[in-house]
Amino acid sequence: MNTGATPPTPLLRESFIELSARDRARALLDAGTFRELLGPFDRIESPWLPMQGIVCQADDGAVIARGTIDGEPAVVAAIESAFQGGSIGEVSGSKIAAALELALRDCERGRIVRPVVLFETGGVRLQEANLGLAVIAEIQAAIVALRRHVPVVGVIAGMVGCFGGMSLAAALCSYLVVTKQGRLGMNGPEVIEQEAGIDELDASDRRRVWQLIGGEQRAATGLADTLTEDDSSAVREAVRHAFAQGVPSAHRSEQVDTYLARLAQIDPATVTPESMRAVFGSQARNPSKEDA
Amino acid sequence: MNDTTLTRGARWFRALAGDLRADAPVWSGDAQLGAENARFIAVVPDPDNRFPRATDNVVGLEQGWRLARAVREVIDEDARTGSTGARRPIVAIVDVKSQAYGYREEMLGIHLACAAAVDAYASARAAGHPVIALIVGPAMSGAFLAHGYQANRIVALDAPGTMVHAMGKEAAARVTRRTVEELDALGETIVPMSYSMASFAKLGLLDELIEGVDADAPDDAQIDRVRQVLIDSVRSAREGSRDLSRRLTSGAARKTRAASIEVRQRLAEQWDAV
Repeated sequence: MNTGATPPTPLLRESFIELSARDRARALLDAGTFRELLGPFDRIESPWLPMQGIVCQADDGAVIARGTIDGEPAVVAAIESAFQGGSIGEVSGSKIAAALELALRDCERGRIVRPVVLFETGGVRLQEANLGLAVIAEIQAAIVALRRHVPVVGVIAGMVGCFGGMSLAAALCSYLVVTKQGRLGMNGPEVIEQEAGIDELDASDRRRVWQLIGGEQRAATGLADTLTEDDSSAVREAVRHAFAQGVPSAHRSEQVDTYLARLAQIDPATVTPESMRAVFGSQARNPSKEDA
Repeated sequence: MNDTTLTRGARWFRALAGDLRADAPVWSGDAQLGAENARFIAVVPDPDNRFPRATDNVVGLEQGWRLARAVREVIDEDARTGSTGARRPIVAIVDVKSQAYGYREEMLGIHLACAAAVDAYASARAAGHPVIALIVGPAMSGAFLAHGYQANRIVALDAPGTMVHAMGKEAAARVTRRTVEELDALGETIVPMSYSMASFAKLGLLDELIEGVDADAPDDAQIDRVRQVLIDSVRSAREGSRDLSRRLTSGAARKTRAASIEVRQRLAEQWDAV
């Protein structure tokens, strides 16, 4: 019997949240396959920020990387929350849209490319307002077209979360991987408090906000598919697993009858994040016959 | 057209589609457009909506899902009648102030409800339905994404009160720490920040700006002109591609969206490793 030192247990967890967008993309691709496209040295920057006295970033806050996932060709579009809150400008948004459009082109030619989007964004970059909104519409169009060929996998790891028009893009994905630290909502808590008043939602009540739009609640109510730990290998496994499942028979955003029926069961006057789980929880991934 | 209580979206729905039986908050029905039938869809106020934050002409939970249902109804019906017939045009009459801002909305997934509408319109376009957005009022942010922005063609009345934007002016001023006056001044030099429809037209996203129409009280001649624009847009959409690539091809886009075009070109060059 070996009484020597116990073998080192693999406690080497690497936080995914603490990684930059570039390192997150690298972590999801098979080792050694990461190749960045339109990287910082290409210097395609926002044409609009300098006109407003704002310093640009050489990648405009979006990292596009090719490589393989489980040996299959892949592309990862990762949003860098450290630049302008991950907001979508003309360039950063066009990089994501173009990556998805090229993946679509390849898929239509019979060469499947696995697309992953790492959402970490408050939505439109207000300094580029209408062009941010326009490119988000283009990203959404590309996701809907692409997911007929291959699952489009979204990841919301945190800490910024995914809001605004990009929350719709996330909802269009075939599969959504979230952590407890990821948040998904259309309107951020501060926006709701500002627009609807503090009686509607007190944005400083962190507990209430997490219970409302946090990753755990989203996964428990079928609005996200997989809840993982904040660990690079766990996120990588969840993404691999999503692709292994293939294209779903009916995407969440296609399940119109199912969700209208669920809404009809809800009493708006009394519903809580907890009571909502009973309606949205158990059969969340089983589309009705009409929708399938 | 004497009912002054109608919103613009409701008014134009009645003007173009007639007095169809339709249930708030989403009016949807078929009417003649040129030589064929078209589906008209508008979001209208719904004072009795179960969700108190979604009683105005905004896109909330029920609006999003019911927009999706209205569009998918058309896709499914035309798919069943076989591939021989031309796919029905779909006209989104756009007069949406915003998405619904509320606690219940976030809880119950307004982002998914709006995505469902995006999905439906994009799927209709991909299936060969000419999808036309007619902007007659505000086309704001997430509400416009859900109702109009996936269209093959976007046309707008050049009238006070029509606008496309990512955020209301007052809120945008607060968030970017500027005054409304500063924001207006910026909009004159920074085209994507402008709130005017004429500036939006410079982005290459608008196919036609329809001038000289009273958005609130159009006469018959004006309504006929708008109808003719829709008929021409349907024809043009059928001749064009089913994706959104056209948005980058106009002279205006080549000028104002040069960066969008350059990103696509250079990414394509680097796509396959050499």
